[in-house]
This record gives sequence, structure tokens and C-alpha cells, in this order.
Amino acid sequence: MSKKTPAVDIAEATRLEMYRSQYRLREAEQRAFDLFLQNLVKGTSHLSLGQEAIAAGFATAMKPGDLTFCTYRGHAHTLARGVSVEKVLGELMSRDNGLMRGKGGSMHLTSVEHGVMGSYAIIGAHLCIACGSAWRAQYQGAQDVTTCFFGDGTTNIGAFHEALNFAVIWKLPVVFVCENNLYMEYTPIKDVTAVPQPAADRASAYGLERILIDGNDADVVYQTAQKAYARARAGEGPSLIECLTYRHSGHSRADPAKYRPEGELEEWKKSDPVKTYRARLLSAGVKASVLDAIEQEVKKEVDAAEVACKAAPPPPADLMFTDVYADGGCAWRN
Amino acid sequence: MAELTYRDAVARAIAQEMERDPNVVLLGEDVAKAGGVFKATVGLYEKFGPKRVKDTPISEQAFMGAAMGAAMTGLIPIVDLMFADFAAVCWDFFANEFPKSRYMTNGQVKCPLVIRLANGSARFGAQHCQSVENWCMMIPGLKVVVPSSPVDVVGLLAASVRDPDPVIFLEHKSLYAVKGEVPDGEIIDTIGTAKTLRPGKDATILALALMVPRALAAAERLKAESGIDCEVIDLRSLLPLDTRTILESVSRTGRLFTVEENPRLCGWGAEVVSIVADEAFYDLDGPPVRITTPHIPLPPAELEDLLIPSVDRIVETVRRTMSA
Repeated sequence: MSKKTPAVDIAEATRLEMYRSQYRLREAEQRAFDLFLQNLVKGTSHLSLGQEAIAAGFATAMKPGDLTFCTYRGHAHTLARGVSVEKVLGELMSRDNGLMRGKGGSMHLTSVEHGVMGSYAIIGAHLCIACGSAWRAQYQGAQDVTTCFFGDGTTNIGAFHEALNFAVIWKLPVVFVCENNLYMEYTPIKDVTAVPQPAADRASAYGLERILIDGNDADVVYQTAQKAYARARAGEGPSLIECLTYRHSGHSRADPAKYRPEGELEEWKKSDPVKTYRARLLSAGVKASVLDAIEQEVKKEVDAAEVACKAAPPPPADLMFTDVYADGGCAWRN
Repeated sequence: MAELTYRDAVARAIAQEMERDPNVVLLGEDVAKAGGVFKATVGLYEKFGPKRVKDTPISEQAFMGAAMGAAMTGLIPIVDLMFADFAAVCWDFFANEFPKSRYMTNGQVKCPLVIRLANGSARFGAQHCQSVENWCMMIPGLKVVVPSSPVDVVGLLAASVRDPDPVIFLEHKSLYAVKGEVPDGEIIDTIGTAKTLRPGKDATILALALMVPRALAAAERLKAESGIDCEVIDLRSLLPLDTRTILESVSRTGRLFTVEENPRLCGWGAEVVSIVADEAFYDLDGPPVRITTPHIPLPPAELEDLLIPSVDRIVETVRRTMSA
């Protein structure tokens, strides 16, 4: 695993942007959890607390027009592409101001205008779908790259292997990002996988480079992403990147994560991506007041989002019957 | 006007649409140089080249997903899944992905693609000859198109390519060799319209795909042998369902028979009978009757013939019912 910290060849403005992004994801996710405790989030939700550096690092390295595909643990990736906190929290709270006006929910956040092509709740499918997005770019001679985020558990489903083989044989501009947070739902990934590193150790089967990085280090994530994107845009094909990280909360809101060995969470919190990144920026000479100002701005956005969502009405009942078909309706007979 | 086989009609329709729109692409196992396992895509690779006509590995999930991702972002993929039974190995895309994407995203995501399946009986046995139209009909968000003749293949496949929704296009394996007259020039039909192929006043027979020629043959015999005048309607699509044509016919004839190749439980006829019971009950002169394949897996070879609704079985069932 490459531990090249601190990475100094990233512009300060970019690093500040990545700090803002990580801090924003942290605050938004914590607020989502608070709203759940207030019984205002009645559907399911899967938080990315502790995994912010991956979403922030990749999104910062993307260009406008690049496309993101993520899983049901997709709040962070959606927010990182610039979707407002209000739209995301509104969706979690089934309000009319939600990103899909409540029709998709936490597991299906999508914002095509931001390049977020969907959050997918069936493990594996979206790796294949991401191949198609990348195929379209190749077919049309477009320069955009498709990024597909997924968890460690995904590496044991057939679609993962089908998609990797497919992306390689068609040399597609797609970057597959495994967020290895050590647990597939509740079971340690190492207990159910033939190799120690569920994604990286499979790369050679598809003729791909073995890439295993510290997923809690936004600088490393950013630089790795840049390399993969350059390769994709040069027509050199896909990459598979395994990012080591840790989920601070349970699998879903229903999971208190009691299966974790004592002390494990505390140990990982020492490399909390948001806190360590703040410390690194300070030691690199960034003034605390600059970071404080970023934090205040983020808090303001999250507070305002909460107020707006609590005040927002639910969607109208007839909205449930729209957009089943392209004509806008749900008619299956004449 | 040319005489084309059902399989040639498939290639003709795809060529028509690929010529019209450079974003239309074809992918699947053995569709390119080999021209398809059922020879329904012969000549397309030579005509449109390797960029637009693409062979895939035996990775049904990968190429279903690839088609969807391409459809979401600007292409119009036509996918050849080969045997319809293989839908089960990539059912996630039929059930969870294609049909839900538009709804869940509140209309942000589109999924304009066509999945071609070689459906139905052809003596290959339990895992290669199922009729899966009823599987597909259960899923809100899909369209399900089932042609019975070469001319309908061309017009309905073209309409499916132009349709903005995901279309499951069920070709019948045992019809591939059947010939029919197809007019020259561009042909475009309308999805969701049934066709009355034989007018009649005594009973309505609804059929799909391979069951259509059998229903027509049965109707001729019933008229000649028993004087029973049957109206035969080819439904042509299950989603959307042309209930107007069905209800209008049943209200005139007072009798309804469905001829279904799918296994009995939850076959499309069950839904049709339920609609007729709800909306035309007092027009009926007797109970609707479903003629289906029994609810068992299919044995191979000629044993299959004993189980799929035959002309004889249709004739006997209608005659017995009408004389009861």
C-alpha cells in the first residue's frame, strides 16, 4: 500500500476544496443520522461516515461531464458532485424538495445534471451499467470518463467479474473503485473472500494493475484518481482501485455494528479522514481561520437544508403514478 | 413486396433502424460474424461494421448492463439474449434495473433499448424452450412485444427501437423459418395494438406468437366442421395491452378463449380473463376458457408436442365448450 504523505504536489486551492468536500460530507451524513433519530427519516439509509476521503478525492479529480455511478451507500458520492444538502436530506425525508421528490429514496440518489447517473441498490449491476456509459463515450468519441464506486462485498458477485472482463476486452474508459471498509454488511470481508484484498488481488485475473491505496487519505485518492482518469482518457482502458477505509457507523440505520471487535473503531478513528486532513493542511501552513471559515459555511448550508426540509411538504399523492413510462404516466392498457 | 422469413425480417428491421439512426447498435453472443445462433442477424456485421455490431462474451449481466448504461447516456442498443430462458441469469436487469430507472429518478433517467429473446417451444427441453412472456408481463415499466408474422416482426421491431421505454421483444423460435409477404420500403407499426386476423361472430380466440397460426387453423376447421365462427385476435403486445379490442370483440361474440404457450399459472390469459370478468361480465354467454401449456417443465423432442396447445386441442376445447 502506498503511504506517500504528505503529498505536496497538489495545489492548495485543490486541497482546500477537498477539505471542504470531506467536511461537508461528514456534516451532511451526521445530520442525516440526527434526523433519523428524530424519526424524520423513515426509510432506510446507509451512511458513509469515515469514508469521505474517497468520494471527495475522486470527485475533485473528475471533470465536468464525467459520470458517477454509486451504490445505495451513495449520499457522499452524490454530494461530492455538487448536489445540494437540501436535495439529499429532502429525499431521505420523503419531501417534495427531495432530489427525486421522494420517489427514489436514500438508496437511489440520482442527479443527471451533476453527472450522478444513479445509486444502485442491487449489488453488482451498476458495474455493468457503468461499462455501458463508458462504451457510449468510446462510441461517440467523447472525452468523459465513468467512475463506478462499490463496496468490498461486491467483489464476490458474478457481475463484478463479468464487468471487469467486459471493460478490459472493450478497453472502456471506466474506473472501478472498491471502497473496502472491511465489512460486507455485517460479516468481515476477509471471512468470505478467497484473497486478502478483495479487489486488488483480483486485478491480475483481468490483466489489470494491482492498485491498493489508503482510502482515508484524500491526497492519495486524488492522485490515484488523476492517473486512472488520464489513462482512461488516453484510450488505455479501465482501472480497478481498491481503497482501504472504515465505516464509522453500522451497515444501515438498523445496524448498531456490535459485531466489531472492541477497540477497532477507536483505532480507525485515529486515521479519521476529515480530522487528519485538517491537521495536515494546518501543518502545511494553511491558517486555522481559513479552515474554520470553510466549516462555518458548510454548517450554514446543512442547517439551512434541515430547516428547509422540515418545512417542505410531502410530494403530492399523484406523483406516485408518474414516470413509469416515457409518456410520463403509468398506463399499461388502453 | 418480397417474401421474407421471420428470421430475415428481424435482420431487415434492424438494418432499417441502423440506417436511420447512427446511435442504434446491436450486441450479443455470436451476433456479428456468425450472424446469430438463429441466423436472425445475418449480414448486419458486414453492412454496419464492428463498431455497431458487437459480439459479447457469455456474460449476460455485463451486456445487459452495458446496454442499459449506453441507453441511459445516448445510444439505442438492441440486445440479442439468444434463448429466452437466459433471462433468468440476468433477471436483475429485467426486474430491477431497466423498468425502475425512470421512475426512481423521477424521470431523470431514460432507458430506450430493445432486448430480443428467442422464446417458446422448439423441442430443446426444459431450459431452452420456456415461454417467458408471463414473466415479463408482471413488471411495471417494461413493454412486452410478441410478433407472429414476418411483417409484424419488421414493423413492431422498428417501433420497439423507436420506443423511448425498455422493450422486451419476444421472437418465437419455431416461427423463424416461416415465410410471409413483407412490403418494400420503410415499415413502422404501433406497439399496443392487437390485430383481428379473422372476423367471427360466435367466439373470440386470443393468441400470441406461435399460437396465432394454430388459432387461425383451428378457426378454419371449427367453421368447416362445426359451423362455429371464431374471431381470432393476435394480441401482438402484452404491455401495453389492447384491452379495447379484446372487450369490443368479446362484447359481440359473448365467448372468450385464450391460447397461451406459457405454463398455466399467472399466464397472460389469467389477467385478460380477469379484465373481461370485471368489465364485460354481462356480455358473456359462458365462462371464459384458457387453453395453456400445463404447469410443468417441458420435456424435449417430440414429447414437447404433447403439451403445447395444438390445433386439435384448440378445436376440441372450443367445440366442447360451445356445445355444452
